[in-house]
Amino acid sequence: MAIEVQNVSKHFGTFTALDDVSIGVSDGALTALLGPSGSGKSTLLRIIAGLETPDTGEVVIDGEHVTERPARTRGVGFVFQHYAPFKHMTVHNNVAFGLSVRKRPKPEIDARVKELLGLVRLDGLAERYPSQLSGGQLQRMALARALAVQPNVLLLDEPFGALDAQVRGELREWLRRLHDEIHVTTIFVTHDQEEAMEVAEQIVVMNAGKIEQAGTPRELYETPANEFVMSFIGPVNRIGNAFVRPHDVQLLAENDGSATEALIKRVVHLGFEVRVELTLPDGRDIWAQVTRAEAEERELSEGQILAVRLPRPRVFSAQAA
Amino acid sequence: MSAEGGGALALSPAPSGRVAKPRGTSRADGSARARRLGLRTVALGYLALLLLAPVAMIFYRTFEHGLSPVWNAITAPNAQSAFWLSIEIVAIAVPLNTVFGIGIALLMERGRFRGKALLGMLIDLPFAISPVVIGLSLVLAYGKTGWLGDWLAERGIQVIFSVPGMVIATAIVSLPFVARETMPVLRELGTDAEQAASTLGASGWQTFWRITLPGIRWGVVYGVVLTTARALGEFGAVSIVSGRIEGETQTLPLYVQARFENFDVTGAYTAAVVLAILAFATLIAMNLLTRHTRGKTAEVAA
Repeated sequence: MAIEVQNVSKHFGTFTALDDVSIGVSDGALTALLGPSGSGKSTLLRIIAGLETPDTGEVVIDGEHVTERPARTRGVGFVFQHYAPFKHMTVHNNVAFGLSVRKRPKPEIDARVKELLGLVRLDGLAERYPSQLSGGQLQRMALARALAVQPNVLLLDEPFGALDAQVRGELREWLRRLHDEIHVTTIFVTHDQEEAMEVAEQIVVMNAGKIEQAGTPRELYETPANEFVMSFIGPVNRIGNAFVRPHDVQLLAENDGSATEALIKRVVHLGFEVRVELTLPDGRDIWAQVTRAEAEERELSEGQILAVRLPRPRVFSAQAA
Repeated sequence: MSAEGGGALALSPAPSGRVAKPRGTSRADGSARARRLGLRTVALGYLALLLLAPVAMIFYRTFEHGLSPVWNAITAPNAQSAFWLSIEIVAIAVPLNTVFGIGIALLMERGRFRGKALLGMLIDLPFAISPVVIGLSLVLAYGKTGWLGDWLAERGIQVIFSVPGMVIATAIVSLPFVARETMPVLRELGTDAEQAASTLGASGWQTFWRITLPGIRWGVVYGVVLTTARALGEFGAVSIVSGRIEGETQTLPLYVQARFENFDVTGAYTAAVVLAILAFATLIAMNLLTRHTRGKTAEVAA
């Protein structure tokens, strides 16, 4: 295990940010901390970095207990949500900062900065100031700055949160590839389940200061441990106590008697995916996800009455508190 | 950066806004312009009446009879001693207040401790209390009969009626400026960059010199300029503490007052002009310094 968090709790006044949280991240893994805002994911990340101290519990990095150590001696690279650029320094000096406080020789620093700026594709912008960079460029500068000191662990707080959709997509893809290249143990915080699924090898789902479930994206999607994980990861229909994924909802050509009838309320075309909004006989609304081809072949349209089967409904027993 | 985001929108309200403007605008524009002109005249007139006219009068009166009386007044031994004493006091009090001001600002904005509100009030106290009262209280504390003065006198240190007392008085009345100018800048700077520096391995000291101080430098510079101006001009507190011994504990403002009372008008005006020029020089220095950074405009990368 490269990073172990053992029974960590943290309170801010009367607010419980983390309640007896334990996680383990293996060496070289790319892990997402996923949860809604206020779930404690950023606090957990900051505790691992040493920017917050836990009330109780331990943080272990590469087998060493670092709980009492200040951030600067933990060998952790941290990328802040708003990048925290050193505004009065050029891009070069921002990236060089960690090396220059370690008093490395200048030629070594220059060579390393050049290499890193190449890695994050900012070559040629070394003499710019942060105010002259776009959000995506700032993000990559912050990453290069964190990587310059060759950290054992890379921590990113909502790394794509402040970027517009297109840049966000590109950067996700790029972070994934970068991780394949440099293989540093990485944890990033996100509230976006799609982002977590797309980038991470392992996801830790958090809610209200606790871990709901940890696993691979596929495990979480296919065998969610509870209601929260089921409804937080991927779209879901709730029918009483049961949960059904919209793509599992089957629209049948004929009712063989075992299916329920449903009225099509609306058909929304989202490109390849088509969203069919249905009303069941008992008045409940659900929706089904079908492909464009299927929707066209079936000539689905508003007002139609269909036979619908809801296979594999998932029912969670009352949650243990 | 966000060219993809905003580029495609053709529904900008700008054209219709321009079309909707025409009728009746010339009259509206005219009255708006008149109002603006009126406001400007009032503001400038007020400043001229209050500030420019008296200062200009002093300059006029000083140089009324040519340069040689001015030269004589400047080179008078007491004038020289007052000038250098003022400079000496500023040279000690301003650096002291700069260091303490930054320290207090850091404590107020970054520290977590009991009694913060009280400290905040204490910082402003020198603004609220009349300098004369500050001078009197210093005499009470450090004078011959004061409990601190006694103790110091035994060790051969005289505070009242000498330079240390004047420095203390000046430092007190100009204490709030650096702290008050630095605090909002420090708050706006936030702690992200400092925390980033610490994760990169910087010590607290390195973080302060390389990240915090450059981030707040313009607040500090502005505070230093105000402190300097205030310290140069301080009259009330210093007047009481100094004992006003000509040629020994007489600062420039005290010298101006003494000359004026002795009907040496030229001497008083000349020293006043020197004070005014020092103040202008401080303000101009600040203006040049701030313009230097503002000039570094940031063009947004494509």
